[in-house]
Amino acid sequence: MSSDVMAIQTREVGGRPWVERLHEWVTTVDHKRLGILYILYALLFLLIGGIEAIIIRVQLMRPHSDFVSPQVFNRMFTMHGTTMIFFVVMPVMFGFANYLVPLMIGARDMAFPRLNAFSFWLTALGGILLYFSFLGGSGLYGAGNAPDVGWWAYAPLTSRAFSPGHSTDYWTIALVVSGFGSIGTAINIIATILSMRCPGMKLSRMPLLAWLTLVMSGLVLISLTPLSAAQIMLLVDRYLGGHFFDTQAGGSAALWMHFFWIFGHPEVYILVIPAFAFASEIIPVFSRKPIFGYPVMVAATICIGFIGMSVWAHHMFTVGMDSNANTFFVLTTMAIAVPTGIKIFNWLGTMWGGKIQFKTPMLFCIGFLFQFLIAGLTGIMLGSAPFNWQLSGSYFVVAHFHYVIVGGILFALFAAFYYWYPKITGRMLNERLGKLHFWLFLIGFHLTFDVMHIPGILGMPRRIYTYEPGRGWDTMNFLVTIGAFVQGIATLVFVANLIISYFKGARAGNDPWDAWTLEWSVSSPPPVYNFASIPTVASRRPLWDLKHPEDPDSRYE
Amino acid sequence: MRIRGSSNWRMPLAVQVIVLLCVPAGALADPADRSFSPTNIFAPVSTPAHSILGLSLFVLAVTAAIFVAVFTLLAYCVRKFRKRDNDDIREPPQVYGSNQIELAWTVIPILIVFVLFLATARVIHAIQDAPKPATAVEVTAIGHQFWWEFRYPALGIVTANELHIPVSDPVRPTPTFLKLLSADTDHSFWVPRLAGKTDLIPNRVNEMWIDPQLTGIYLGQCAQYCGTQHAKMLLRVSVDSREDFEAWVRAQRQSANQDEKENAGRHVFETTACVNCHAVAGTNATGRFGPDLTHLMSRRTIASGAAENTPEKLRLWIQNPDAIKPGSLMPAMKLSDPDLDALVRYLETLR
Repeated sequence: MSSDVMAIQTREVGGRPWVERLHEWVTTVDHKRLGILYILYALLFLLIGGIEAIIIRVQLMRPHSDFVSPQVFNRMFTMHGTTMIFFVVMPVMFGFANYLVPLMIGARDMAFPRLNAFSFWLTALGGILLYFSFLGGSGLYGAGNAPDVGWWAYAPLTSRAFSPGHSTDYWTIALVVSGFGSIGTAINIIATILSMRCPGMKLSRMPLLAWLTLVMSGLVLISLTPLSAAQIMLLVDRYLGGHFFDTQAGGSAALWMHFFWIFGHPEVYILVIPAFAFASEIIPVFSRKPIFGYPVMVAATICIGFIGMSVWAHHMFTVGMDSNANTFFVLTTMAIAVPTGIKIFNWLGTMWGGKIQFKTPMLFCIGFLFQFLIAGLTGIMLGSAPFNWQLSGSYFVVAHFHYVIVGGILFALFAAFYYWYPKITGRMLNERLGKLHFWLFLIGFHLTFDVMHIPGILGMPRRIYTYEPGRGWDTMNFLVTIGAFVQGIATLVFVANLIISYFKGARAGNDPWDAWTLEWSVSSPPPVYNFASIPTVASRRPLWDLKHPEDPDSRYE
Repeated sequence: MRIRGSSNWRMPLAVQVIVLLCVPAGALADPADRSFSPTNIFAPVSTPAHSILGLSLFVLAVTAAIFVAVFTLLAYCVRKFRKRDNDDIREPPQVYGSNQIELAWTVIPILIVFVLFLATARVIHAIQDAPKPATAVEVTAIGHQFWWEFRYPALGIVTANELHIPVSDPVRPTPTFLKLLSADTDHSFWVPRLAGKTDLIPNRVNEMWIDPQLTGIYLGQCAQYCGTQHAKMLLRVSVDSREDFEAWVRAQRQSANQDEKENAGRHVFETTACVNCHAVAGTNATGRFGPDLTHLMSRRTIASGAAENTPEKLRLWIQNPDAIKPGSLMPAMKLSDPDLDALVRYLETLR
C-alpha cells in the first residue's frame, strides 16, 4: 500500500476574507466538508430538540402543571420527535457516512459529488421549513402554527376538519423535501461503495462501517418512498379533494398507519445500523482485536434489513387487526431479535481475550452495549402482542424507544465523535472532559429512562400534557425530569469540549488510536484529495498488515 | 367454548419458580395494594388482564434470564480483559471468529424466540377469538373529541364518560362485550386493570370484552392521541353487583326527571344552543354532538373526568370551559348570571 503521508495543510496561511471562505463551504461538493455540514446541522437541531424535551419534562414534573398550555405542549412533543429523528439522527448519520465511507474504501470522493451537495441542502431546507412553522400562519402570537399532530401524524387528525390552518402542511412538506435529500444520499452511498472501492478491496474486505452503511442506504431507498407517497396522498386529501384517509367520506385511518409504519419501522433500523457500524469499528480498536465473526456480522445486518421490512404492524397491535395478523407480526418481531442478539454476542466476543483500553470512545461503546441489550429486551416484551395491548401508547414505549435512541444510538454516536474528531479536526478531544461527559450523561440517562418504564406499567399514556394525581405517577415523573436536566448539562459539557478542543486540543497526528482502517493512513485532517495515490489492500485491516508485516491479516483471510 | 373466569393459561411449576424470582415485577403485582395505583397493569381483576399478566410474567422471566447471562459476560469482559498497567505492548491473540460459537448463539436464541412466540400466540387467540356468550352485556362505545359515549342497545340506554357494568361471577360469567366506534379521530379505550387497550378507529368497528370479577371503580383514559384535550379524556368504570347494576339500568331508562320548580332553567336550556349538542330524554333536547345529559347527576365527574360534578364546577364549565379543559369543544355559553344560575339548578335536577 503506497499512500504517501505528506501532511498538506488545509488551514489557510494569511487568511482570506470570511465571505470567500463561507462561499467555499456553501458551494462545496467535497464529501468531507458536506459531512461536517451535516454533523454541525444535526448538532444545532440536537440542542433545539433538547430544549423541546426540557419543556415537555418541566410541564410533566408535577400533575396539573400549567407551565405551558396544552396546545404548546402538543406542538412540543410533535416537534421534538420530528426534529430528533429527521433533523438530528438521520443527518448526523449521513454526515459520518459521507465523511468516512470514501476514506475507508480508498476513494477520493463520493460517486456523485454534486448530488451529494444537493441532498444536503434539501435536508437543510426541510429543517428550516419545519421550524418556519413557528412563525408562519398565526405567527409568534399564540406560539405560531407548528404541527401538533404527533410525529406520526395519524389520520384523520391530520385532515382539514381536525387540523385547520397550515401546521400539518409544514410537517408534510418539510419531510417530503428532506426525504428526497435522504434518497439522494442513499443512492450516492450505494453507487460509491459498489463502484469506487480501491484495488484489492473486495466487498468481503470492506470495513464493517461501509457494509452497514450500504444496508442502511438500501433501507432508505425502500422505506422512504411509502412515507413520501402517503404524504403526497395526505396533501391530495387536504387540498385536491381526495379521501384516501378521510374517514368521514369512506377513507381509511388504518391505511395511513400501514403506509407510515412500513416506513417507520425500517426507519428505526436506518437510525440504529450506523450506530452498529460505529461500535463495530471502535470496539475492535480499543480491545486490540479484530471484530469477532466479520462474515456473520454482515449476514446478520442483511437479515435485520430484510426482516425489518416485515415487522411494521407491531406498532398497530391495538388497532384491531384479527388474531392471525397479530400473530404473524409477533413472529416476525420476535425473529428479528435473533440477528440483533447475534451482533451483541459478536461485540462481546471481540472484547473477550482482548486488552481493553477505557478511553472515552470505548466507555461510550460499553454503555451502548449495556443499554442496547436492555432496549432489545423491552422490545421483546413489546413484541408480545397481549403484553403490548397494555404497554403500547404508554410511557413504557416512550422509555423503550428512548433507551434505543439515546441509550443505544446516541451513546454510539458520542463514541464516534470522540473517535473520529481527531481525524476530522486534527486535534484530540479532551479526555477528562470526555469522561465527565460520559459519567454525567450515564447517570442522567438512567435516572430518566429507567424510571420512565414505571409510569407506563402503572397506566400512564403518552402524549398527555398533564396527568391526574393519585395514580402513582407523580414522583416518577419528577425523577424523570431531574434526569433530563442532568443529561442537558452533560450535553453542554460535550459541546464545550468540541469547541475548546478545536482551538486548544492536543495535536492528533495521523493515527492517534493505533487503528487499522484506511482513514488513519492519511493526515488529520486529510488532504482535500484524500490519498496522494490510491492504496491497494490485501486484507480487512490494511494498517494492521503494515504495522505487523510478520503476522498480516492477509495470511489468514 | 365457555369463557373461563380465571386465568386460562396454566404455568408449569418451573416457570412459576422463575417467575417468583422476578421480584421487581412481583413488587408491582400486588393486587391488594390498590391505593398505590388504580391503573396498575399488574393488578388485574378481569380475565383479559389476568391472561396478559400471566404471559407478561413469563416474558419478563425469560428476558430477565437473558439479561443476567449477557450482562454477566459483559461485566466479566470489562473486568478480566482490561489492559493492565504493567502490560507489555504486544497485541493479544487475534481471533477472527468461531463457527461453532456462532452456531450455538444462533440456535439457542431461535429456540427461545420460538417458545415466546407459542406462548404469545396462545394468549392472542384466547383473548381475541373468545366467543360471546348469551349472558353478555353489550355496550357500544363511541369515541369523541374529548369524551366517551356509551350506548347499551339491548337496554335502550345512552350515557357518557362513566361506564356501569355488572360484576362477572367466574362460575356463571356475565362479561361485557364492547363495540368500539369513533365519531371523529382515533381514540383508545384503556382501563389497565380490566384489559389491554383497543383503539377506536373511525369508519371501523373494533371489539373487546371484559369480565371484572371484583366490584369497584376502575380508572383509565384515552390512550391514542386524539387532539388538544387527549389528556383529559378520562374513563371511569363502575363494576356493580348484579342488583346495583339492575337498579342503575332501571334509573337510566327513565326519561328525565321533571321538576316544576326549575322550569326557568329548563327554559334557558331548551331555548339556547344547548339543545344543538345535548340530549335530555323526554324533552325537546335531542342533540347528539355532546354527551347525553338525561341523568347527568348520576355521574361523579363532568367533562369526561376533568372536574368533579359539583354545582360550582358545573357552573364554571358552562361559563368558561377553557378554565377546566382548554381546547375542548364545549363553547362558552355567555349566559347572564341569573340565566346561568337557573340553568345550573335545572341541571342539578337531572338525576
